Amino acid sequence: MTKTITDVICPFCGTLCDDLEVVVSDDGKKLLEVYNSCVIGTEKFLHSQAPDRVTRPRMHQEDGSWKEVSYDEAVEYSAQMLAKAKKPLMFGWSSTNCEAQSVGNEIAEISKSCCDNTAATCHGTTLIAVQDIGLPSCTLGEVKNRADRIIFWGCNPAHAHPRHMSRYSIFPRGFFTGKGQMSRKLVVVDPRVTDTAKMADLHLQVEQGRDYELLDALRVALKNEWLPDTVAGIPAEKIRETAAMLKSGRFGIIFFGMGVTQSLSKNHNIDAAIALTKDLNEHTKFSIMPMRGHYNVTGSGEVFAWQFGFPFSVDLTRGFARYNPGDTSTIDLLTRGEIDAMFTIGSDPGAHFPISAVKHIAAVPSVCVDPHLTPTTGVSKLHVPVAFNGVETGGNCYRMDNVPIDCRKVVEPPEGMLTDEEFLTKVRDRLKQLKGVA
Amino acid sequence: MTKNISLNLISGRTIQQGVAIEGGKEKPLYRTAAGIIEMDESDFKKLGAWKSTNVRVTSEYGSVIVKAVQTTQGPHPGLGFIPMGPWANAIINPNTYSTGMPTFKGVPVTVEVAMNEPILLGIELVQKLCGVKTE
Repeated sequence: MTKTITDVICPFCGTLCDDLEVVVSDDGKKLLEVYNSCVIGTEKFLHSQAPDRVTRPRMHQEDGSWKEVSYDEAVEYSAQMLAKAKKPLMFGWSSTNCEAQSVGNEIAEISKSCCDNTAATCHGTTLIAVQDIGLPSCTLGEVKNRADRIIFWGCNPAHAHPRHMSRYSIFPRGFFTGKGQMSRKLVVVDPRVTDTAKMADLHLQVEQGRDYELLDALRVALKNEWLPDTVAGIPAEKIRETAAMLKSGRFGIIFFGMGVTQSLSKNHNIDAAIALTKDLNEHTKFSIMPMRGHYNVTGSGEVFAWQFGFPFSVDLTRGFARYNPGDTSTIDLLTRGEIDAMFTIGSDPGAHFPISAVKHIAAVPSVCVDPHLTPTTGVSKLHVPVAFNGVETGGNCYRMDNVPIDCRKVVEPPEGMLTDEEFLTKVRDRLKQLKGVA
Repeated sequence: MTKNISLNLISGRTIQQGVAIEGGKEKPLYRTAAGIIEMDESDFKKLGAWKSTNVRVTSEYGSVIVKAVQTTQGPHPGLGFIPMGPWANAIINPNTYSTGMPTFKGVPVTVEVAMNEPILLGIELVQKLCGVKTE
């Protein structure tokens, strides 16, 4: 007999879908089938069952081979590394739960680490812009029930957040959006004709990197002022048509992604997008929301913010929290070669950082806590595999609209494997002994 | 003389890349999903290359071998797209301009045919570029 577990949370993207159904074996040890999730979420659940999975910590040897070690040895190496380092970096946190993040922050305080999450290469510039001018936002429930004007700016949810459109933004029939897709107008701004753009009522194929100009041009069009013939490759008439469409809605939302956060104008793009939202509120109700990537990157920002006062790029090396992106941010610390130990958890900087930053990770003592084999584990000195959060252990996570949702455990981890929180707790306790902290 | 073309490079998520990272970054599927550059049909003509040819993509910051495939999300002449991952990150602009964020999008690159050069697996590529000894 098998058991079906309902209302399971998907630990892949910031949409944090909460309607999955997972079929497990009677003894709760095998995960057999996954229903309702997207293809990426399904793969995440099923990969936890891979027969070739690494289930014990491994040390990288001089000759390039790996030697299996015990969790106790892994705890000792990690604690010693953090205790000895002058400026360690603890990076990641976005693919683990808030409880583990909180223990990690205790370790960071004791070891006077720099700590950062994956916003560093994702929505970090958004957070800078939010500190500049604020963020008029809402929940995804409000979007589902009210929004009739949807903008996807520099994001491609058809690929990156596969169920976002069916659960919240385009297709669902909400309280005031009873006709579903028919009740909404979709505007997509992207230099490619993405699979999201193909569904749009209006696609503005902006010249790559010219988002700031187009955002400002829309603000000008809202005020019915003069515009040049084309801005950022978009004809003025089309900009005015878009502005009229946005103004005529009852409730609108701008979702934005890496197209604006990672191109050259960075946080200034987001400043302009938030200013456009403010201007639109003179005509109708409008909100704006970043399309957060990892399922708990939002939670990591929350935990950092309530414990240290800043949502990312925190430097504790002086014994108190400092925040100065460009100075205390991970990529800059690594490319300047300032870090003398690297502790990675719940992310893969090896695959997603510029190679010049990854080279420095490979050059210093390093620990990578990750259930998968990744480029980061490949260049780290110690790899600590752990239970999959959201599959083999539960815990608190935050959706992209800052709504906290508890993930659920659906299956037992392989025998003897620790969770992120259990491993971090052991490291913290050993580090306290080494540092003589009560 | 080898023919090459100049493109503006961006990187980003694709659903195939998402499935591959959850399925195992050590597997060849990750290379199939992310060790590619999506190019416009007109750029293939300019380069004089067949679709699915191995190419060398070079920027000011590095060089990498990937497979050139025709974009499914075009047309976007003059724009190259490498899905996020080690192949893109071997050549993107690491400068953050005091924001903490590297410039992943909008990197000038040149593309030339490198038919006989191998495309490395994800972990293998990073280990090689970092000089990490492997078995």
